[in-house]
Amino acid sequence: MKLRTALIGAVSAAAVAGSALASESITVVSWGGAYTKSQVEAYHKPWMAATGNTIVSEDYNGGLAEVKAQVEAGNVTWNVIDVELSDAVRGCDEGLLEPIDHSILPAAPDGTPAIEDFIEGSLPECAVANIVWSTIFAYDSSKTSGVTGIGDFFDLEKFPGKRGLRKNPKAQLEMALMADGVAPGDVYDVLGTPEGVDRAFAKLDTIKDSVVWWEAGAQPPQLLADGEVVMTTAYNGRIFNAAAGEGKPFVVNWDAQILDFDLWVIPKGAPNMEATLDFVKFSTDTQRLADQAKWIAYGPARKSSGPLVGLYNDGKTEMGPNMPTAADNLETALVSNFEFWADNQDEMNERFNAWLAQ
Amino acid sequence: MTDTTQGPLMAADGTPLKARLAKAMFVSRVRAFGLVAPLLAFISLFFFLPIVVLLFQGVYNDQFAEGMPRTTELIGDWDGQDLPDEALYAAVVADIKQAREIDRALPTKVGARLNREISGALSLFKKTTRRAAKMEAPFKEGLIKADKKWGQIEYWHAMKRVSSSYTLSFVLKALDLRITDEGAIGWQPENVQIHVKLFLRTLEISLIVTLATIALGYPVAYLLATLPVRTSNLLLILVLLPFWTSILVRTTAWIAILQGQGVVNDFLSYFFTTHVGRALDYVLVNLFWMDPGYERLSLIYNKLGTLIAMTHILLPFMILPLYSVMKSIPPQYVRAAKSLGATNWTAFWRVYFPQTVPGIGAGAILVFILAIGYYITPALLGGQEGVMISNIIDTHMRSSLNYSLAAALGLVLLVFVLLLYWLYDRIVGIDNMKLG
Repeated sequence: MKLRTALIGAVSAAAVAGSALASESITVVSWGGAYTKSQVEAYHKPWMAATGNTIVSEDYNGGLAEVKAQVEAGNVTWNVIDVELSDAVRGCDEGLLEPIDHSILPAAPDGTPAIEDFIEGSLPECAVANIVWSTIFAYDSSKTSGVTGIGDFFDLEKFPGKRGLRKNPKAQLEMALMADGVAPGDVYDVLGTPEGVDRAFAKLDTIKDSVVWWEAGAQPPQLLADGEVVMTTAYNGRIFNAAAGEGKPFVVNWDAQILDFDLWVIPKGAPNMEATLDFVKFSTDTQRLADQAKWIAYGPARKSSGPLVGLYNDGKTEMGPNMPTAADNLETALVSNFEFWADNQDEMNERFNAWLAQ
Repeated sequence: MTDTTQGPLMAADGTPLKARLAKAMFVSRVRAFGLVAPLLAFISLFFFLPIVVLLFQGVYNDQFAEGMPRTTELIGDWDGQDLPDEALYAAVVADIKQAREIDRALPTKVGARLNREISGALSLFKKTTRRAAKMEAPFKEGLIKADKKWGQIEYWHAMKRVSSSYTLSFVLKALDLRITDEGAIGWQPENVQIHVKLFLRTLEISLIVTLATIALGYPVAYLLATLPVRTSNLLLILVLLPFWTSILVRTTAWIAILQGQGVVNDFLSYFFTTHVGRALDYVLVNLFWMDPGYERLSLIYNKLGTLIAMTHILLPFMILPLYSVMKSIPPQYVRAAKSLGATNWTAFWRVYFPQTVPGIGAGAILVFILAIGYYITPALLGGQEGVMISNIIDTHMRSSLNYSLAAALGLVLLVFVLLLYWLYDRIVGIDNMKLG
């Protein structure tokens, strides 16, 4: 509802801007649902209030297809896009994204330069990270209990019923290996060998007939709520919002969680560059990143934002333990390896699609 | 009977009649062409041209040759037996250096193109680009030291393959084939073979849907054509209403109906708790050794879901041509057959049915051609076993960004459809088709 108000506001403001050239309008593209809402609340609204500019918020489902189409057609209409790390790196490699000078980013309140304040690896050439998120698996505690770890996700005998998995080899292969007993530190070494890939697919084979595949981040909580699946992989923030925000009895199991960044990128040749960069700077300062955590359980990408994270917007749920970066949750965590995926994405996708169609 | 007039026929003004006629015809032909010219221009510009340009990408990709001109020139002469000599290594370094000066992202673009042939090429090029600026002769040693992949002959074979801008490798891949390191054509490894299977599945689903729409649509069209006008108009509206509804709405409506917790499953699971249901359950358990109780059926996210929804959505395309053909069949023929002693069945089969064949032909080809390129319904309802070739094309357009492979798949699909069209013309005859 708020999103729609913002949109209507943006559209009408854009109409005014068109006649009077009073303010600029930029298009910010993100993943929709609870996640976009958190960005609208924490970044868009304060920025619009501070600058008088407007933001048109659009949703997409990830990937670089639209960016590639826009850049190659020379008709770029998107200004800022929220992408996964592997896409940020790949888009930069393929020349689809503008390089971003990281020295323009605001320093932390204590004066630490941004380049040191951001978590290591979160500032690749063409991008600025805003959050740390993770792929976890979750279940409905009113229907399922006694789940200990990722092994149970693949145990159809102990927990009969359908499983939800993202229709994408990324994260699913890593999880399969960890369920098969590979230590998080060894996952990419194993996956780098043909035998390791076979092993991951063999593990996925054991539950293939019981899988419901999802593609959009909003689907897994829905699948759980509908009782279509017993357990599902999901983005941790989506499950948190369904649980804390809507009172659903969903539980996140942090075993074998896979950490990744979401980052702002700017397509090559985007219009209104000045306002665009201003928005990127504004939205990734210490306070803004901490504010976003009020709306969804994703960890801020700046170290200095950590201590500022407090309660969820319901005023009672402590965000700390629900963050993927909480110490307790990190014990068996794996950080997604973007270099592996940049190199092997095509081959793994091919294999994965062939495996799906079998 | 001898022709007394000599020479050609003359018009009143003395010019040959033939020339006059040709002149008159020419003017009317120009006029006719002038009338269709805007449409022709529109179709060429906005339909054929984009298709040709896109399909061309399936056999042409110059990303490598453009970024690495020296390497491209030299690698053609390389025999592919052993690792290439120093000259080729030097060419690679010079090309990468130059490409980086033209556009910082160019070397990685080249790497990304090569990565479609062999995994790991992208990081190889990124790493090499970082070091190329400082690299000095001998380059062979230097490159292999920078990354040992430069010493692996597979990467050179892959570069040789992508160096030619006109390439069959995408079309081959669309048929699960590849060019091996020896330069011969062979099958892809079994665990990545998918396209042939999907083409066959697409054909299978399209055929089943076509047959199902004939079976379901024929009686409906017959009713429409033979009932009194008032009733048949009402029925016609019932056929057309879904036809006018958005395809997305109809597809998602099927989700609500068919899903595990959907209308059909809810009703059946309720039914099996009633007396009749329990009696039926008893019979099923004892006569057919089925498990007692009702287990919710998987009607969706599989091939069945795709078939059900596609049949429903494409049904009007069968009913409407059939209806218009049946409407034009005079009822006297069947009456005459009956008065001459034919049974109901003979009158239908020998007299009525043959006259409806053009309608079946038209409906079948419409439904089949629409079904073979169907996309949104299998994407939403197909799960993993109900997806069709169009869904893979979509994957390559939207997520893997492999436009070339998508174009090659489209090309194969187009050839495939034209082939079927030709077969249809040979067997049934395209002139036998009638839309009304």
